[in-house]
Amino acid sequence: MTLSPTFWTYVKVVLLVATVPAIVGFVIVLAERRIMGFMQARLGPNRVGPQGLLQGLADLLKLVTKEDITPAKAEKAVHFLAPVLAVIPALTALAVIPFGPPIQVGKTSIPLWVADINIGLLFLLAITSIGVYGIILGGWSSNNKYSLLGGLRSAAQLVSYEVPMGLALVSVLLMTRSLSLVEIVRRQEVTNLWFVFPGMVAFFIYFVAGVAETNRNPFDLPEAESELVSGFNTEYSGVKFAFFFLGEYTAMIIISCVAVTVFFGGWLPPFPNVKAFDVLDVVPGAIWFLAKVSAFIFAYIWFRSTFPRYRFDQLMALGWKWLIPISLANILVVAFAILLFPGRTTGLVWLSWIFGGLFVVMYLLAKLRQKLAKRDRLAAVPQTVEG
Amino acid sequence: MTDDKISQAEKDEAADFADRAKAQAAGAAETPGAHTLFDVQEMELNFGPQHPSTHGVLRVVLKVDGEKILEARPDVGYLHRGTEKLFETETYPMGIPHTDRMDYIAAATSNHAFCLAIETLLQVEVPKRAQLIRVILDELQRLSSHLVWLGTSGIDLGAVTPFWYAFREREQILDFFEEYCGARLTLNCMRIGGLPFDLTPGWTERLAEFVADVPARIDDYEQLLTDNRIWKKRTVGVGVISAEECIEWGLTGPILRASGLEWDLRRARPYECYEELDFVVPTRQGGDTYDRYIVRVQEMRQSVRIIQQCLAKLEPGEIRGKVPRVIKPVAEEVYASIESPKGEIGFYVVSNGTNKPYRMHVRPPSFINLQALPRLAKGHLVSDLVALIGTIDIVLGEVDR
Repeated sequence: MTLSPTFWTYVKVVLLVATVPAIVGFVIVLAERRIMGFMQARLGPNRVGPQGLLQGLADLLKLVTKEDITPAKAEKAVHFLAPVLAVIPALTALAVIPFGPPIQVGKTSIPLWVADINIGLLFLLAITSIGVYGIILGGWSSNNKYSLLGGLRSAAQLVSYEVPMGLALVSVLLMTRSLSLVEIVRRQEVTNLWFVFPGMVAFFIYFVAGVAETNRNPFDLPEAESELVSGFNTEYSGVKFAFFFLGEYTAMIIISCVAVTVFFGGWLPPFPNVKAFDVLDVVPGAIWFLAKVSAFIFAYIWFRSTFPRYRFDQLMALGWKWLIPISLANILVVAFAILLFPGRTTGLVWLSWIFGGLFVVMYLLAKLRQKLAKRDRLAAVPQTVEG
Repeated sequence: MTDDKISQAEKDEAADFADRAKAQAAGAAETPGAHTLFDVQEMELNFGPQHPSTHGVLRVVLKVDGEKILEARPDVGYLHRGTEKLFETETYPMGIPHTDRMDYIAAATSNHAFCLAIETLLQVEVPKRAQLIRVILDELQRLSSHLVWLGTSGIDLGAVTPFWYAFREREQILDFFEEYCGARLTLNCMRIGGLPFDLTPGWTERLAEFVADVPARIDDYEQLLTDNRIWKKRTVGVGVISAEECIEWGLTGPILRASGLEWDLRRARPYECYEELDFVVPTRQGGDTYDRYIVRVQEMRQSVRIIQQCLAKLEPGEIRGKVPRVIKPVAEEVYASIESPKGEIGFYVVSNGTNKPYRMHVRPPSFINLQALPRLAKGHLVSDLVALIGTIDIVLGEVDR
């Protein structure tokens, strides 16, 4: 008996919707707290279960049993709708992510994605931008000034950062000529090159914008705790708050998944299709994918414990004055390179060298600047009194 | 304020409100129903008293247009306990614990200023050993107070990690205090004419070991913040105030020194044995939040040097001067002040010849520095207000007394 593809699709949908929130609650949140604890010279939660592994359960119980408060004079329907709007699009977006190459079960080959649609990337951008409404409406409907300010901030921030994010992905589309995420991965396999090299600039812009899109440090202005109490979710409690939480973390996963798929070769090992590195194929594709996504989540956590927060106008200036012009220039450069070298990979290799060189130069310059600043600082204050 | 003054203020406010309402109505009449994008739309925002970054129960009434601050009015008094009045009801030595509860982040310096005032009144000489230990306690307290400031103002700007590092070191400092006087926060660690206890054995050695380690820890904090692009963006040019203005407002401490004036009571009007010690008074020229940060960090490094010098000078000896059993100073008025971590803390004592002060007035640096908040905050954004409250370094216990 063979099972129809539709059946497998249902199985995958159920699995995704069931596992992703669990992973968020049990793994990512705990990992975040433990890793931040490690970075901040403290322990983090380690009381519930061995090494705090059941902390997620305790958190869940707390959030579910908490009273669900809707403030008086809040816009009740919208207040209810907002957290739903934050979660559903985030979970929906998971549908087009290819988690690994198709696996063979007997005669049938089951792809590790729910749907491979030819407008995958566009669908992702479209559906994730709906999640923004959850935050804006949540802030607006709460009838609280801090929530309102948080909502206003997110409205401006999230809409602004959609633009550089989209533009960064456009330059990759020039390389792949396909919007399908599966096709993007396959293309990287064919060119033997992760697109992070020819798309280095695009990747940086994409990830910066991605961090801003998910309201994480250093762009966590909509919920800036020290300024706006808790921002857009100030008036939310219990399950509704948990939904916002889930939405944010799922969005983080999606940003990481897309970064991995588009720039880091998805399920491919490093140096795909290069004979010398065939050993790396031993590890299944899905594991590679998972490892890469985990690295991104770690980067998110790392950011959170390192950076101070941007101010609102500075955030806007960064988006409009830097990221958008750079991403436009990047599209131009990439387009020219592809036009000038019509072969499949020559242009991309050239781009990799150019961007690689640029990166090294900029890194060295930044280091030098840091050194000089430190020297000046130390010179400014004498260590002893003369006379 | 007297009743008629209050009612006058109320009347002024009401008149002001009426004027504004009239102006608004006139504006609305000119352009019926049309709000353009560039209209100023005021919203009143209650910042505090329950807010994560007002460092206690400070309430700031904000008038904001979007996020831009048009007016910031600090509303203090939520922690008022009538400390100045309490001093009058109790004998002089009984006043010391009250000073703990003023600046509870830096109790030792409050104790010190209080004792210094009474000692000036009694004209008591403090023995050398007591002076050195007092300076050590003061500087340890300065270190711990600046650590709290560093951590909390980092959190205000979204940098959470320095907080944990700073508090790790502060914890060790509090351990030293605990070993010395049994308390960690409300120390009550000085007495009129000297100190309550001598140092416990081994205390100085362990302290020397600890302070030798502190500069490297300060390097760690600086690594995270000083050259951090975002940190600079958030602090450079925020809340600039000139030295002249500082003097007009009566601002003291790191705020004044960050504006370029080298005014530190430890150097300008030396008390105890500060004139024998070798230390730099760090100053900066910019007068903005970043400069205040740099000045405080440098002060921490200087405190380490002071402690090390004092430890080297420490010799066995008396720890209390010749103070009468019952303290009954002659009828006189005295003002004595020292450099607390926040600025000049002073006590103005009016004695009437009994064993209780007739009047005791405190010059609390936090309260006087906080006055400048409206001036500093005007025109900045709400996010900057948080940075400014942090950079003034207030302790509400001292603001409200």
